[in-house]
Amino acid sequence: MKTFKLGGIHPAENKMAASQPIEEFPLPKQGIIPVSQHLGAPAKLLVKRGDQVKTGQLIGETAGFISANIHSPYTGKVKKIDNVLDASGYKRQAVIIDVADEEEWEEDIDHSEDIIREITANPDEIVNKMKANGIVGLGGATFPSHVKLMVPEGKKIEYLIINGVECEPYLTNDHRLMLEKTEEMLIGIKILMKGLGVDKAIIGIENNKMDAVEHIRSMLKDFKGISVEPLKVKYPQGGEKQLIKALVNREVPGGKLPLDVGCVVNNVATAYSVYEAVQKNKPLIDRIITVTGKNLQKTANLKVRFGTQLSELVDHVGGLPEDTGKIVSGGPMTGKALPSLDVPATKGTAGILVMTQKEAKFADPRNCIRCAKCTEVCPQGLEPYLLHQFGELERPEDAEANGIMDCIECGSCNYICPSNRPLLEYVRVGKAKTSEMIRNRKQK
Amino acid sequence: MKNQLIISSSPHVRGNWTIEKAMYGVVMAMIPAMLVSFYMFGLGALRVMLISIVACMAVEYVIQKYVIKGPVTITDGSAIVTGILLAFNVPTSIPSWMLIAGAIVAIGMGKMSFGGLGKNPFNPALVGRVFMLISFPAAMTTWPKPIVSREFFSFAGLDAKTLDTVTGPTPLGILNEQGANAVTPDYVNQLLGSMSGSMGEISALALILGGIYLIARKIITWHVPVSYLLSSFVFAGILWLVDPSQYADPLFHMVTGGLMLGVFYMATDYVSSPMSKKGMLIFGVGAGVLTILIRVFTPYPEGVSFAILLMNGFTPLINTYTKPKRFGEKQPVN
Repeated sequence: MKTFKLGGIHPAENKMAASQPIEEFPLPKQGIIPVSQHLGAPAKLLVKRGDQVKTGQLIGETAGFISANIHSPYTGKVKKIDNVLDASGYKRQAVIIDVADEEEWEEDIDHSEDIIREITANPDEIVNKMKANGIVGLGGATFPSHVKLMVPEGKKIEYLIINGVECEPYLTNDHRLMLEKTEEMLIGIKILMKGLGVDKAIIGIENNKMDAVEHIRSMLKDFKGISVEPLKVKYPQGGEKQLIKALVNREVPGGKLPLDVGCVVNNVATAYSVYEAVQKNKPLIDRIITVTGKNLQKTANLKVRFGTQLSELVDHVGGLPEDTGKIVSGGPMTGKALPSLDVPATKGTAGILVMTQKEAKFADPRNCIRCAKCTEVCPQGLEPYLLHQFGELERPEDAEANGIMDCIECGSCNYICPSNRPLLEYVRVGKAKTSEMIRNRKQK
Repeated sequence: MKNQLIISSSPHVRGNWTIEKAMYGVVMAMIPAMLVSFYMFGLGALRVMLISIVACMAVEYVIQKYVIKGPVTITDGSAIVTGILLAFNVPTSIPSWMLIAGAIVAIGMGKMSFGGLGKNPFNPALVGRVFMLISFPAAMTTWPKPIVSREFFSFAGLDAKTLDTVTGPTPLGILNEQGANAVTPDYVNQLLGSMSGSMGEISALALILGGIYLIARKIITWHVPVSYLLSSFVFAGILWLVDPSQYADPLFHMVTGGLMLGVFYMATDYVSSPMSKKGMLIFGVGAGVLTILIRVFTPYPEGVSFAILLMNGFTPLINTYTKPKRFGEKQPVN
């Protein structure tokens, strides 16, 4: 069975929520919609206090090449525009909407469950619809998806790679989507293939989700050009460079993009939202969020409108346990620790992980014993112990020479370290210093 | 909620690999060789083992508590590993005070003076051993014979069967003084440990078993042991092919002296060996060649300690010039 070669780790999977079907989460009383839910420039606000908005109405407009539209997930009245804390830990501009009892959708949106199979849009229309409907990558980076379809002159794309790996422990939202929204997802993949002009798409899924592999395979006869490849479980297989390596045995060099080796990578949930955007003209206003943790009364995979407070989702599964030590937005390897649950769900929220005090506390760091485990597990072939030193000593030249900018921040080094050293933390410090140095050098 | 939430950067989970697991894993791996030494040398071996371990831990404790005035980490297992290795590297007839002096140098000079675990450029046990070899040459090269009745097979050869002889030369000692014709191959006994020598080095078989355990548990990788063994075997083999009457055969070099002990337990020391796989291979090859060079061409019958210490000195240089292969380094792009 295929996998990537270099490095990698096997954290405990803890996919407790895997058997929980997707539940439609009820609308909140109030929605808080940040204008920046994506990578790139925040959207430009189109509404003001007191405005009435419909569900699916454009309320924030792209403000740059790398930016994304924001739509109202609710029908109601704009209560105010304010700076609120979001999952990034920063206060950012957001629209606060009092949700009305009666829901009214924008007229040209088809929000029924009927599946539209025939793809009539041409490649340009596909890009425009994705852009108009605010589609971003739902795998974690929230990169505006339409940009990935705008392939620069001279680059030839051979493969569309669909990421159904879900290598993060605990998270099961992609797994449920692959099982329950299979046909829509496959149509979405076909749309992406048409948009890119490629005839081959490969869905990579780790073999801890063989039910999804079998289920998708059983439906493939109507979808020419799409194949499913089970992959041996190994973290960080969901990193796009590692996934491309595992599936088509090509390596994206440092500083290059997947399209430099003829690939474009999209997540399964993104493919689903592309289907909605292109076939049903439905903007990205909701997503599936896994709510999980060892001490929660139950776990769930919830379909949530953006702007819903995360505390409401946790209340839905029985509330926060007494001995909660840490709350993570996303998975435990790359997710962000939250200062509080009073932050809204956004396009990038893949899961909420509630950790106990015991799980959240780590032993103090000790001396590096130079066991070289970090270099062994680094999927990018770097030397994390060395990059940690260069980060700590503020030596960006040496850090750059040793490839610090190639680091994908998967955290494998940190995970394996027997001395519990904060390797990735210092690598991030080093990366910030190094990119500052590179910027200054370019300006000269 | 009573407690405040912890905010820290990802990852939010840790593996269960710890310093203790690595160190006590090494201790586990050395138990077969330890049992062989107790069996072969009797209570004397037990005395040396206990004194060495206690002395190493005590020295570390005193320095951490009263000199550095920092946290005491003697239970992390690294001082115990050094203690066992030091004991393995001395004859069981060594006076206790010499052993304690060796422990003070091993831990005090070899390890703590550089900043403790992880900072020492040289293998502490070897620093202690070489200090003892230079300071107490007579005591360090007087080898008690294994308890005679415990010879497994009585092939004619190295071990005279007279009960009045309590000490005897090591096979490598005979080779060094009298040449290859004076040593008779007796690989079975040498493999099992029935020969004169330092306490822990005698049974190649027990040491190999422990080494396999270390590799299987992924405490060490195969790179240093395999390259070390291969290079010493090949180099000794070339010499033997050139003149079998002068040079011992390569198999003899494999099973005698401290080679297996050095290969699996001392050259593989995390702190003082290179970080990259390539570097480990260079390190192993260098140590193998140096070992045979010292054994064959210098007055010292045994070269493992010096070879590893010399290569320890090269480790920073090796680290600088051997970088792991980066992802995507040689991929053509369109």
